[in-house]
Amino acid sequence: MNNWIAFFAIFLKDIKTYYLKPPNISWGIIFPFAWAGMFFIRTGGNMMDVMSILPGVMSLSILFGTTSMLSVTITFEKKSRTFDRILLSPIPLTLIMFAKTSGAILFGIVNAFVPFFVAGFFVDLSQVHLSIVIAAIILISIASTFMGLFIATSVSEVFEAQTFSNFFRFPMIFLCGLFFPISKLPSLVRPLSYIMPLTYGVDLLHGAINHTQILPYTFDFAVLFLFCTVLFYISLYNIKKRWVL
Amino acid sequence: MNILEVYDLTKVYGDFKAVKGISFAVRQGEVFGLLGPNGAGKTTTINMLTGLARTTSGRVVYSGIDYTHDIKKAQHLMGIVPDESNLYPELTGFENLCFCAALYGMKKKEAGAKAEILLEQFGLKDAKDKKFAAYSRGMKRRLTIAAGIIHDPPILFLDEPTTGIDVASARQIRNILKDMNKKGTTIFLTTHYIEEAERLCDRVAFIVEGRIIKIDYVDELIHPVKDRNILILNISGLSDGIEERLLTILPDFKCKRLSNSEIRIESDHPVRTGHIIRILEEEGIDVIEAKRMRATLEDVFVNITGIEAHEMKKEKEKKAG
Repeated sequence: MNNWIAFFAIFLKDIKTYYLKPPNISWGIIFPFAWAGMFFIRTGGNMMDVMSILPGVMSLSILFGTTSMLSVTITFEKKSRTFDRILLSPIPLTLIMFAKTSGAILFGIVNAFVPFFVAGFFVDLSQVHLSIVIAAIILISIASTFMGLFIATSVSEVFEAQTFSNFFRFPMIFLCGLFFPISKLPSLVRPLSYIMPLTYGVDLLHGAINHTQILPYTFDFAVLFLFCTVLFYISLYNIKKRWVL
Repeated sequence: MNILEVYDLTKVYGDFKAVKGISFAVRQGEVFGLLGPNGAGKTTTINMLTGLARTTSGRVVYSGIDYTHDIKKAQHLMGIVPDESNLYPELTGFENLCFCAALYGMKKKEAGAKAEILLEQFGLKDAKDKKFAAYSRGMKRRLTIAAGIIHDPPILFLDEPTTGIDVASARQIRNILKDMNKKGTTIFLTTHYIEEAERLCDRVAFIVEGRIIKIDYVDELIHPVKDRNILILNISGLSDGIEERLLTILPDFKCKRLSNSEIRIESDHPVRTGHIIRILEEEGIDVIEAKRMRATLEDVFVNITGIEAHEMKKEKEKKAG
């Protein structure tokens, strides 16, 4: 059997039914603008600050876009039993989950590039390491999506998915060096920053955009990759344990 | 040849034993029914056979190959129609069928052509481009069955195929299932409609509290009771103690109260309806209607399990809304 036909069917169905819906498209555009606007006003309208807030805005766009969509859609599909239909098809579970997450990963990547392209109209991006930015965005999208998957496979109700998402997302906003350097955080809180995947993604973006990373690129990539792997396999374990009773 | 063999299948949830070591085989080309009351273990059994639940112990063999520990590898052999329609409400009927076909590796062109044929066959051609959410309950059920067979599976599992749908749709579904079976599809179904099982199934298994207590051909099960004479009487003003009273009036008959107005009279000897009505009326019991019935699988089920079939049906329909 050609598993890739099933893979693309699931991927395209999710894109069509979830990610290409007008509310999500407008979310992808409005959300980064709202964050950028908020910080732009806070810094008194200084154009140079666009570069310093860009990694944070891009990361948050990915984080909120992917975790919200995936945790809610999968929980909803499980609740309405449409997810069982996919579970009962002869496709390996790993491939099913890659198909279900691919749409969210792509959504996260597109969301991240919206503020990046818009920033290009206001500031000079010629000093940016584009290849690092692209690789970082892809890895942050995958890590955030798999976090959404982990959330979806750990809860039973849609509202639980929302609440549980915020439990992870809001600490990340303040602790991952998005807008405040980790070095300025209280020493007691600082270790928490290093157990959050977004810290390493943001560090990559700070490095690629502002040349101000605190960890080596290879280390950031390796840790992010490790987070992706661990989150994915915990989610698979959860599905086998909780959904195939 | 057996398409499915189940040996000593058990399912335990914590302290609760849902399925207690059941064994049976489903023969290629037959319609096999699993009958039992709510909570008997029917859905758990289907879930274990299709991969939505793990087996605690026992073996599941499809076409001679043991798939107990990796049912996923046997899923290409099955069509699965759960007790609740589980297609995507935001997709049209046609899109749903094409999506399900793709899950089994069918290419777009082949899937589209098959979807068109099934929509026609299931009387849903006019609703092809309608969203699934806008379908009626009967239409949803038909499309769910169509989705279950789009990849031409050798065996089709149906969990309560006609629960909660209108009579016309239920009849249509039964006809579709008969046609599919004639074309060679093996059907495994669970139902609480015993008369449906009688009409559709070649063999049935009665499952109660996780145990199969009887398994046989429908004809063989009915054979010992087929000569039994049954009369259903609709009586006005049915009072308490009517059964005892009838036993004294009609000592050669078995009498049972079915509802507030119905009494069932049964005998191994021929029942003369007029004679019985006359006796009852002489005793001041007013008979509104009398129906002669033949013994059915339901009688066999009640005799063997001691469970009233109409109570089982009511309970299930209440659940289905």
